[in-house]
Amino acid sequence: MTKKKAQKKTKAKKSKVTKKKKTTKKTSSVKKTVKGLDFVYDPAPESKAVVHIQNKYDHFIAGKFVAPNSGKYMKSINPATEEVLTKHAVGDEKDVDRAVKAARVAYEGVWSKMPAEERGRYLYRIARILQERSREFAVAETLDGGKPIKESRDVDIPLAAAHFFYYAGWADKLEYAFPGKSVRSIGVCGQIIPWNFPLLMAAWKLAPALAAGNCVVLKPAEQTSLTAMLLAEVLQEAELPDGVVNIVTGEGPTGAALVAHPDVNKIAFTGSTDIGKLIAKNVAHTTKKLTLELGGKSANIVYEDAAIDQAVEGVVNGIYFNQGHVCCAGSRLLLEESIAKDFLKKLQKRMKTIRVGDPLDKNTDLGAINHKEQWEKIKTLVDQGKEEGGDFYQAECKLPSKGYFFSPCYFAKQSGSSLISRLEIFGPVLSVSTFRTPDEAITKANDTPYGLAAGIWSEKGSKIHKTANGLKAGVIWANTYNKFDPTSPFGGFFESGYGREGGLHGLLPYLEVK
Amino acid sequence: MPSVSIKVPGGSRITIPHYPVDMVGAGERASSFTKRSIKKESKLDALYLAITMTDLTTLEGADTPGKVKQLCGKAISPVPAHYLQEIKRLAPDKKIRPIPSVAAICVYPEMVPIARKCLEGSGVELASVATAFPAGQLSLDLKLKDVARAIKFGATEIDMVIDRGAFLRGDYQKVFDEIVAVKDICEDRAHLKVILETGELKTLDNVRFASTMAMEAGADFIKTSTGKVTPAATMPVTLVMLQAIWDYYQQTGKKIGMKPAGGIRTAKQAVHYLVMVNEVLGADWLHPKMFRFGASSLLNDLLRQIFKQYTGQYYYQDIFSLD
Amino acid sequence: MKIEKTIKLFINGQFARSESGRTYPVNDNYARVCQASKKDFRNSVDAAKSGEKSWSSKSAYNRSQIIYRMAEMCEGKRDQFVSLFKTTLSASDKKANEMVDEGISSFVYYAGFCDKYSQTIGSVNPVSGPFHNFTTPESVGVVALIDSDEFNFGATVDRICSILVGGNSVIALLGPTLPAVLAPLSEVFATSDLPAGVVNLLTGHLEELAEVIASHREVRSISYQNESKKFYETVREKSVDNMKRIVPNHKELKSLENILSFVEYKTVWHPIGV
Repeated sequence: MTKKKAQKKTKAKKSKVTKKKKTTKKTSSVKKTVKGLDFVYDPAPESKAVVHIQNKYDHFIAGKFVAPNSGKYMKSINPATEEVLTKHAVGDEKDVDRAVKAARVAYEGVWSKMPAEERGRYLYRIARILQERSREFAVAETLDGGKPIKESRDVDIPLAAAHFFYYAGWADKLEYAFPGKSVRSIGVCGQIIPWNFPLLMAAWKLAPALAAGNCVVLKPAEQTSLTAMLLAEVLQEAELPDGVVNIVTGEGPTGAALVAHPDVNKIAFTGSTDIGKLIAKNVAHTTKKLTLELGGKSANIVYEDAAIDQAVEGVVNGIYFNQGHVCCAGSRLLLEESIAKDFLKKLQKRMKTIRVGDPLDKNTDLGAINHKEQWEKIKTLVDQGKEEGGDFYQAECKLPSKGYFFSPCYFAKQSGSSLISRLEIFGPVLSVSTFRTPDEAITKANDTPYGLAAGIWSEKGSKIHKTANGLKAGVIWANTYNKFDPTSPFGGFFESGYGREGGLHGLLPYLEVK
Repeated sequence: MPSVSIKVPGGSRITIPHYPVDMVGAGERASSFTKRSIKKESKLDALYLAITMTDLTTLEGADTPGKVKQLCGKAISPVPAHYLQEIKRLAPDKKIRPIPSVAAICVYPEMVPIARKCLEGSGVELASVATAFPAGQLSLDLKLKDVARAIKFGATEIDMVIDRGAFLRGDYQKVFDEIVAVKDICEDRAHLKVILETGELKTLDNVRFASTMAMEAGADFIKTSTGKVTPAATMPVTLVMLQAIWDYYQQTGKKIGMKPAGGIRTAKQAVHYLVMVNEVLGADWLHPKMFRFGASSLLNDLLRQIFKQYTGQYYYQDIFSLD
Repeated sequence: MKIEKTIKLFINGQFARSESGRTYPVNDNYARVCQASKKDFRNSVDAAKSGEKSWSSKSAYNRSQIIYRMAEMCEGKRDQFVSLFKTTLSASDKKANEMVDEGISSFVYYAGFCDKYSQTIGSVNPVSGPFHNFTTPESVGVVALIDSDEFNFGATVDRICSILVGGNSVIALLGPTLPAVLAPLSEVFATSDLPAGVVNLLTGHLEELAEVIASHREVRSISYQNESKKFYETVREKSVDNMKRIVPNHKELKSLENILSFVEYKTVWHPIGV
């Protein structure tokens, strides 16, 4: 008997049982009137004192902090307070050229000649220092990007350190990575990273590149360059040879200059599909290697036979983790029709306990939207979604008066053609639709130009495998979601980009394999 | 485990549904509550509430009337008067709330008459373990006599154990029938807490199913453990039971209470549990009528933390009576 | 009097004339071939799309058997190939036979790889935490092969097979040196139990087809083995809109790398618990 039928039957018979027992149930009827403690958590902010933020930051080129050629600096805003946090140098073509030259010199002169074991040791050192300074990095990341301290502390920073630690060990073992093949480094890599996981994305990019023996020019996102600059301090502290890693801050044109630089051998980009395509077009006329980790509209499929309470958690974690600023966010919930109503009821109840607010507060679950433009984009898309129709639900949260905050929400009854179900919103906005059979679930999940990730919730093993096989996505989370590990390859099919980051497969983009 | 059809008194049948639980996911969710940081007034609220929810327990082979009497004294008045005076001296600006009595004393049936006398008029409930605690390996008629005696002696709450052997061999009907039979004896004279002994059921699937079955059979509370089996109460087990309570409430409108027992020794742990209750079931369950801690050493740490909250100082670890 | 035959395109397991009705003579009027139009290409993509579904869901062992069958069918048509190579390329008997040998060798090589390549690059990843985590290669989907201007039978077979091993379907635009090879080659595919649409062979002009190949969204990857740099850049640029994977320069024959150029890696997580 299926669960659902069983449940109905229980309900039907229940009345008889309770009727019979009514006389003996005085004790429980008393309980209904009980009103317990209204448990309101007091603020529990993490101290800002652990991190010293300078008034402004220069580029990091050839081991030194150097002022930008233009003399221009851009403001970096704390999205939770709308206050200026610091200023970063604006890089132009000359700055980029300087950085690429430094990387080339380091590559030819030092890094490619160094014994692999020694290269690995530098990475181990970087990992250790990151671990030791983790509190400071966590607070900086939260101040800069608005993500809850809970996440920067427990996810971003430890994972960043873990990535350096993992790839450090590969440096002198590359011949075992691809047996029977000879491998060599590529040269100078230009790496452009996004604002959603600033330090973590820097680690994802730098660690395999350096382990493979390449030198790097890194361009952090203009909204979130702070931890990259703190990382530069770590690189100095680790005594990484000058020029092996260079960091040039700036906006789009800075990145474009890096992509266009003729002496860059490889471009690695994580960010929006639109920019990814632009980069791919630019690189099309060159011999540069390219890896792209782009957007997604990943489906989270919940079957009737799932562990429902854990599935609710998985859905919440899938879309509301990091304010939904996650390329692999489970932004399309596909519910088996038979459980849809009950599931949404549970989801609503769960959403009410999500705490939106001060990112530095240790009890905050959902922090500030990363920057103003994104905040406005989310609001606009949600307004458009409301106009299009569908059941809109938004948890009632008391939002701070200042800062870019947005309560978690979902649109139910979405058809496959609705705006909310198609566009990558990159915010705490979930699209919900239903399916009737596994085939329909797989078809609906694959009905997108993307192919980054997907979730499956079922307690039936063979169904999970069947579904996982059918899904066109690079990462499948079955009975879990948004899990990351340095040993686990990450990356997408189709318009979600190409190449993998993490694991053995993450070495491939940074090596010539012959 | 499939859903199970059970015969209920009167001859009709009900189906007890089985909801699967993913162990890893439940564990992650449970540990998320331990990351909540409860400070200041909200912490004080939680500490006071935890005292009023404590079932102060002694279940030893070495229990004596003397031991039980001392425990009752502590249950009614957990700290001597001079303790509060010291707090007032050290924190003159603060409003000091009086330290409440605990929820109940929990003893073996043979100790109930002694406890009854000590607790007279105190408002502290008197719980007794029965049904051949802790193993539950006795014939039903003797188990029922055990229960009847405890109630006759003056127990207001009965903590019964389920027959885990029957459960694990699939004789769910027997487990169900025993709870129903005990409930019939309790009637409105005593609250029934049903101990699942989750440390012996092992899987969260079993815990979830046993919870639902106990509630269907008439439990007023469901309780994790006897304290005699390791592991006793854990956060994931308690979470799963709370979720079972929620689903049962959604389906029937009945609110069932929860009692984790054993293994909760520190105020910090107790606060984590309260956070979990708050976020899974809500304020209605943050009340001694709906939630209890089965513990013996927890109380002292709660008192110590209250002292700290008022004065900023950590009190002697051994200063509180060890009863 | 010589009867001039027209070699038909091979689309969806069928031999078909170009819908455009166009043909052109090749190899000093050895034969006429069809000049595939954009629409022929689009039809091929539709065929390849459904072919890929059944091909990628076959067991690796079964795929292996079918590709091995191609080797057998190729051997069976040896005389046809040899005669073609001798007539059109003025190859010696020995050379022509060697060319066929090379093709057969590639068929056999890749037949044996179907149930092995994933073991060379798949992995079980030791993530921290109670999770089983594994990575396996998977098919990309529809792959277009733009073959070399220089005819090399072994290489053409190699390129097609390296796409097939991973469960992909292929639309091959044969090179201009010997488009007539389509006739015996398509018979190999037509008689080896390969599902319809998995291999589609076209003859025609790259300058006419480059853009539609590169811009068709259902084409997930392009094996670009042509010498033209100009078209290469066009193909790369036009491919960006659906993020096609472009795989140039398959120089080495019979290589695992060739197979791995046409796979995607899928990583699956599952909790470990009771």
